[in-house]
Amino acid sequence: MKIDRRSFLALSVGGAVGTALTPLPWKIQDDLAIWTQMWPWTPDPIDGENTYVNTVSTLCRGGCGVTVRKVGERAVKIEGREDYPTNQGGICNLCASGLQKLYGPTRIPYPMKRVGERGANQWARISWDEAISMVAEQLGEIRQAGQPETVACLSSRKYGSMPGLLKRFMTAYGSPNFMTTPSMTDAYDMTLKRMHGVEGRVGFDLENADFVLSFGSGMIEGWGNTVHMIRINSHWKDTQAVIKQIEPRLSNTAAKADQWIPITPGTEGILTLGIAYVIIKESLYDYDFVNNFSSGFEDFRNAVLSGYSPGNVSKQTGVDQSTIVTLAREFARARRPIAICGRGQGTVPGGIGEYVAVHALNALVGNINRPGGVWAMPRPEMDGWSEPILDASAQAGLVKPRLDGAGSTSFPFAEQLFNRVPGALMAGRPYPCKALLVYDANPLFSMPGVEAVREALQQIPFIVSFASHMDETAMMADVILPNLTHLERWEDVPATDGFHRPLIGLVKPVVEPQLGTMHTGDIVLQLAAALGGSVAASLPWKDYATCLQEGLSSHWADLEDNGYWMDENYQPDTWSFAFPTASGKFDFAAAGGDLKALFASAQPDGDDGSYNLKLIPYDSVRIANGPVGSPPFLIKIVSDKVLQGKMLLVEVNPETAHAAGFGEGERAVLKTPLGSATVRVHLTEGLMPGLVAIPRGLGHTAYDSYLAEKGINANDLIGSVEDSASGLDAAWGIRASLVKA
Amino acid sequence: MKQTGNSDKPKRFGMVIDLDKCTGCGACMVACMAENNVPFREDESKKRVSITWLQVYRLTNGKPYPDAEVCYLPRPCQHCAGKHEGHSPCVSVCPATATDYDQQTGIVSQIYTRCFGCRYCMGACPYHARHFNWWDPVWPEGMEKYLNPDVSARMRGIVEKCNFCFQRYQKGLEKAHMEGRRELEEHEYQTACTQACPAGAIIFGDLNNPKHQVHQIAKPNLKKGGRPQNPKAFRLLEELETNTKVYYLSSKQWVQDAIHKPDLLDQTEAQH
Repeated sequence: MKIDRRSFLALSVGGAVGTALTPLPWKIQDDLAIWTQMWPWTPDPIDGENTYVNTVSTLCRGGCGVTVRKVGERAVKIEGREDYPTNQGGICNLCASGLQKLYGPTRIPYPMKRVGERGANQWARISWDEAISMVAEQLGEIRQAGQPETVACLSSRKYGSMPGLLKRFMTAYGSPNFMTTPSMTDAYDMTLKRMHGVEGRVGFDLENADFVLSFGSGMIEGWGNTVHMIRINSHWKDTQAVIKQIEPRLSNTAAKADQWIPITPGTEGILTLGIAYVIIKESLYDYDFVNNFSSGFEDFRNAVLSGYSPGNVSKQTGVDQSTIVTLAREFARARRPIAICGRGQGTVPGGIGEYVAVHALNALVGNINRPGGVWAMPRPEMDGWSEPILDASAQAGLVKPRLDGAGSTSFPFAEQLFNRVPGALMAGRPYPCKALLVYDANPLFSMPGVEAVREALQQIPFIVSFASHMDETAMMADVILPNLTHLERWEDVPATDGFHRPLIGLVKPVVEPQLGTMHTGDIVLQLAAALGGSVAASLPWKDYATCLQEGLSSHWADLEDNGYWMDENYQPDTWSFAFPTASGKFDFAAAGGDLKALFASAQPDGDDGSYNLKLIPYDSVRIANGPVGSPPFLIKIVSDKVLQGKMLLVEVNPETAHAAGFGEGERAVLKTPLGSATVRVHLTEGLMPGLVAIPRGLGHTAYDSYLAEKGINANDLIGSVEDSASGLDAAWGIRASLVKA
Repeated sequence: MKQTGNSDKPKRFGMVIDLDKCTGCGACMVACMAENNVPFREDESKKRVSITWLQVYRLTNGKPYPDAEVCYLPRPCQHCAGKHEGHSPCVSVCPATATDYDQQTGIVSQIYTRCFGCRYCMGACPYHARHFNWWDPVWPEGMEKYLNPDVSARMRGIVEKCNFCFQRYQKGLEKAHMEGRRELEEHEYQTACTQACPAGAIIFGDLNNPKHQVHQIAKPNLKKGGRPQNPKAFRLLEELETNTKVYYLSSKQWVQDAIHKPDLLDQTEAQH
């Protein structure tokens, strides 16, 4: 057919008219409107009645008061509680992301037992009855065989009813092996024991300090209570307190300080003694305190004057002599100076020598148990509980030495040394561990030298996990009895170390249990009941809520009404009554022993020959590195100078990087005596030359795709180093090298 | 949005952010994301496509070790008024009236249902405060339970940004009206970031109200395009005469100098 002009026009016009008459254009327009305005594939959150529930968040170590906004039955937002003593309305990024932990897909929905190889993450669902009887049976058999001491229990918290209940269970059962994951709490507790002669907890009246000498404490990175510390930092800006941050890396804390003083990693204790040297030499110390309320000053003086002259100290620490002298004078002449330690968040305690030295510095200026100073405070107790009942097998088990050697003749001042457990398990001394209960802890991620911990845990035939989320340690367990999350349960949270008032917060259920999980407290009570005898009699409560209420009966009215109890008017003991040591005075000699040996710092593995650099871990306020993995919101705010896709960036000083032939963002292999990993290099002027800095908290193998396999776990590359004087982990890092990938 | 502010005296809501106090902790960013149903993806390390209404920048003084210094700078939408109220860079270029300047509150709105994703506003914004949804938001199974019903979830193909938690203003007004009041107290309307900041570094309120802290601290000179009369206070890229409502305080000279560089937010590290 021939198409002429006329028929072409007719066809075109006909087509246009025809199209216009069909519903097609209108349908397209309608669809367009729907597509651009109605989005059925995006969620449409249901509205409902708005309510607010006050509770305490346990995700980070701070334990801040929060208020949770609910819409109907849904929790939609976590905000800081304005009338809570520690945070006063503020909130940290982790606790603000708490709903992602409550509703997230990494939760363990019900009790499970392992069916595949250990760590293969293959599970079978079991009933609660089966789960509890399975554990009770195992524990019963071990106790029957007369070996109750071979059962160990690990928690991340030391105080409160849950660690208290677990410890009580272990005691009644007959095991001395209740432990908490290591932290600066252990070191400070030990310091108070040696120098004050008290079993207490440390408090810092930082609000009233006007000169702060921080030996690497990440006051903004999560040292103590994160929000409280950040509030205090703002308070210091208003009161014009002077903050000096001593650490090798320009951390957020160093960035906010009045002066950043870089120091060779691991030599903080030496610098402290250099400062003490100047204070003693120039007689700048508090005569009243030193002469009338202390003993052992001569020993301390001799130890300091014999080896820690500013010249000597400067060589070892890399800090100028003049800076040392200035720091000493400023510190001694300030009205309310305070010195603190515990590197970063304080998750690795450090050697006892460093703590004793720093505490001695406070004592030299008489700033002990005084406003703006360091306080020895009573420990939070569950005073409503009676003593547990011990039968013959419990008594026999409890006199056995602990697995970690704490309290032994080698480490008489230690209460727990979980860092020593892997070594003990591999050696099978003093005895093998037959079962391990893990509560609110993830040692297979958070302990330095993860591989050694993994090998050690392989030696334990029966591992029970109470985890709410599938973390690395839960994956290694034989049976998981999942706990309720922090927004579904009752619990008490005593104030974090460092807070200078006795304080207990109350965790209240905000929402109904979302899944088939159970409060670990109730599980422990059921286990005790199943074991029967004196164990059951020691834990007689019908449920955890009753046990909690009874333990805190003296404060319960306040807890119920306000959500917390605090002794607002608390004042520490005055000098005349504060030191129940042998001399009745503050002990500069730290309960005897060789002070020189105490101050000798532990050296990490490796040698300068094969490793020309030093690798130091750092804590970031934007990365969770404790028992809780970072939720998606946290990973979202991690810098692209730390994480790019799944690749980790390590920080290196440009001078060091260029000498090794690396430019910004280049790939490198980071090697340490423990292993190697491919990383990228980020150049920063905020790090001492000769170092490589790696963040803690990344490189998870568990959790979901928002977190797993991103970056590298610093604990894969850095191990623990035992401080011979205390048994504490004294590692500041490790020798390392960077080579071309 | 225009009809919501029914009070007679127009307000100019704004912020003062104390950079001496900001620690760069990022609690404000998380609080903002939680309040405003901001989505997240598996990989959020490509910061140019990562949606963060409030971004904390990390400024450095450019000096070598050991004299390096760092300052953190939170950057919400600056809610520019421009040379005359309403002449915001983004509002001027939007062909869909999807972003608008509310004369009653001074808030620059973003109306998601009108936006068709031309991204002119993103090009016009000198502060990189606007973000484009390259993908539909997907929450992992179960997590949609925490979504805030006061804020609609967005979709692929549209632009979003900080609106000073306008839903909180609406809620506050509703409550006030129920109680027979027409005005809100200062504390009754606070943004999520202000409320969350552990450092108390962010202060929010009505710049027109002499009783509000923001007014007292920034002391804006209305005759000179809102320039601060407090010598410690400054605004980002003041030279552009965008007349922003976010004032910053810093005692450090290098910080005060840095914020005048037009490429400030391009050059600095995204966050830390």
